[in-house]
Amino acid sequence: MSSKTASTNNIAQARRTVQQLRMEASIERIKVSKASADLMSYCEEHARNDPLLMGIPTSENPFKDKKTCTIL
Amino acid sequence: MDQTFLVNVFGSCDRCFKQRALRPVFKKSEQLNYCSLCAEIMAADGLHENETLASLKSEAESLKGKLEEERAKLHDVELHQVAERVEALGQFVMKTRRTLKGHGNKVLCMDWCKDKRRLVSSSQDGKVIVWDSFTTNKEHAVTMPCTWVMACAYAPSGCAIACGGLDNKCSVYPLTFDKNENMAAKKKSVAMHTNYLSACSFTNSDMQILTASGDGTCALWDVESGQLLQSFHGHGADVLCLDLAPSETGNTFVSGGCDKKAMVWDMRSGQCVQAFETHESDINSVRYYPSGDAFASGSDDATCRLYDLRADREVAIYSKESIIFGASSVDFSLSGRLLFAGYNDYTINVWDVLKGSRVSILFGHENRVSTLRVSPDGTAFCSGSWDHTLRLGWAWAAKREL
Repeated sequence: MSSKTASTNNIAQARRTVQQLRMEASIERIKVSKASADLMSYCEEHARNDPLLMGIPTSENPFKDKKTCTIL
Repeated sequence: MDQTFLVNVFGSCDRCFKQRALRPVFKKSEQLNYCSLCAEIMAADGLHENETLASLKSEAESLKGKLEEERAKLHDVELHQVAERVEALGQFVMKTRRTLKGHGNKVLCMDWCKDKRRLVSSSQDGKVIVWDSFTTNKEHAVTMPCTWVMACAYAPSGCAIACGGLDNKCSVYPLTFDKNENMAAKKKSVAMHTNYLSACSFTNSDMQILTASGDGTCALWDVESGQLLQSFHGHGADVLCLDLAPSETGNTFVSGGCDKKAMVWDMRSGQCVQAFETHESDINSVRYYPSGDAFASGSDDATCRLYDLRADREVAIYSKESIIFGASSVDFSLSGRLLFAGYNDYTINVWDVLKGSRVSILFGHENRVSTLRVSPDGTAFCSGSWDHTLRLGWAWAAKREL
């Protein structure tokens, strides 16, 4: 690879990096307090329906071993 | 919930005027919209006036500084402080409820079927097994021509699985219940990378697959034709994991790699829209928070972290001085309140996502936990390990015992 091609590639790469960073710097952001409040309200809204958080009654557990009854 | 990061538009390119997916491009202080081809041409142009390699590099450095400043301005509080008013969870008592035995070597990956019952797992010895988790029966098994099948995924329809690893490919196998049919015969090679396949996932349908590779790229493929639809370049080293955003939130996915970066990508344009570099070592696992507004990561630096996409920063670290081994795999419970994380010290730690504290520690595996997923309806979680087994756990109602 000629040194000219190599330096053109480096310039292209550097320019891509600058473009990418400008794009990332320009995005709209919200405050952490607002973002946190939203995460919390999502948790609260869905907590009731979270089986790993609330637990499931044995009768409704699809994984439960189905044992047969024996009459002694 | 609306996302406020930059969404790429489809329209007329400001340079060639063709109808394409556009990305913003900055010329001096002006913002234009270019298609990816014109953006590349512009990047590869000769030097502009007053521009040298050194000036571009120093501009990059100052932009990085500006990015950190902008992020810091909005850092008015910590998540765990806001979460102080939320009720604490109390300690959970945990144990394994069911063990799936059958693999002859390290389990490397697993994925649930949308039917919330079946799951697929892959192993170092080349075997891929489909299980019925209710009965522990093996429904299908196929032997791959390579060892270290590091990635596997269940198709949304439940009718196929995808897998790959050291063969550098991702292959799709239709699942058939015909006993006379050889599963391996219907194998379809879809993705081709130049290094190992580390992760794969179907998109919303059986028609497209997203892959991550040791070659440092991610790629989107058409299953039927094997055609490459989009490639994602930007990681500086092996990509180890990926996760698709929940479908309501649009066409993005997050990836994590050996370059310690987590990157969020726009699937249509191939562009990275946000990047986070706060981990101190390889990122082994990434998973979206159920609302799609945040994602968690697990790393060899022994921490898990939560990144909020709208605040554009890390908002929580889940760590303890006593935890010194890497986290290999993370997943959220249905409400997002719990984060399950599997570690290389054979344990699974369960974290309170909001408060940042650990609520439980699960023992049971006899070697590293390599993979962990919560079932689609949040009823159970499954972990796979180098001890050749997969283990299932769930929670009882009365005593909140896991």
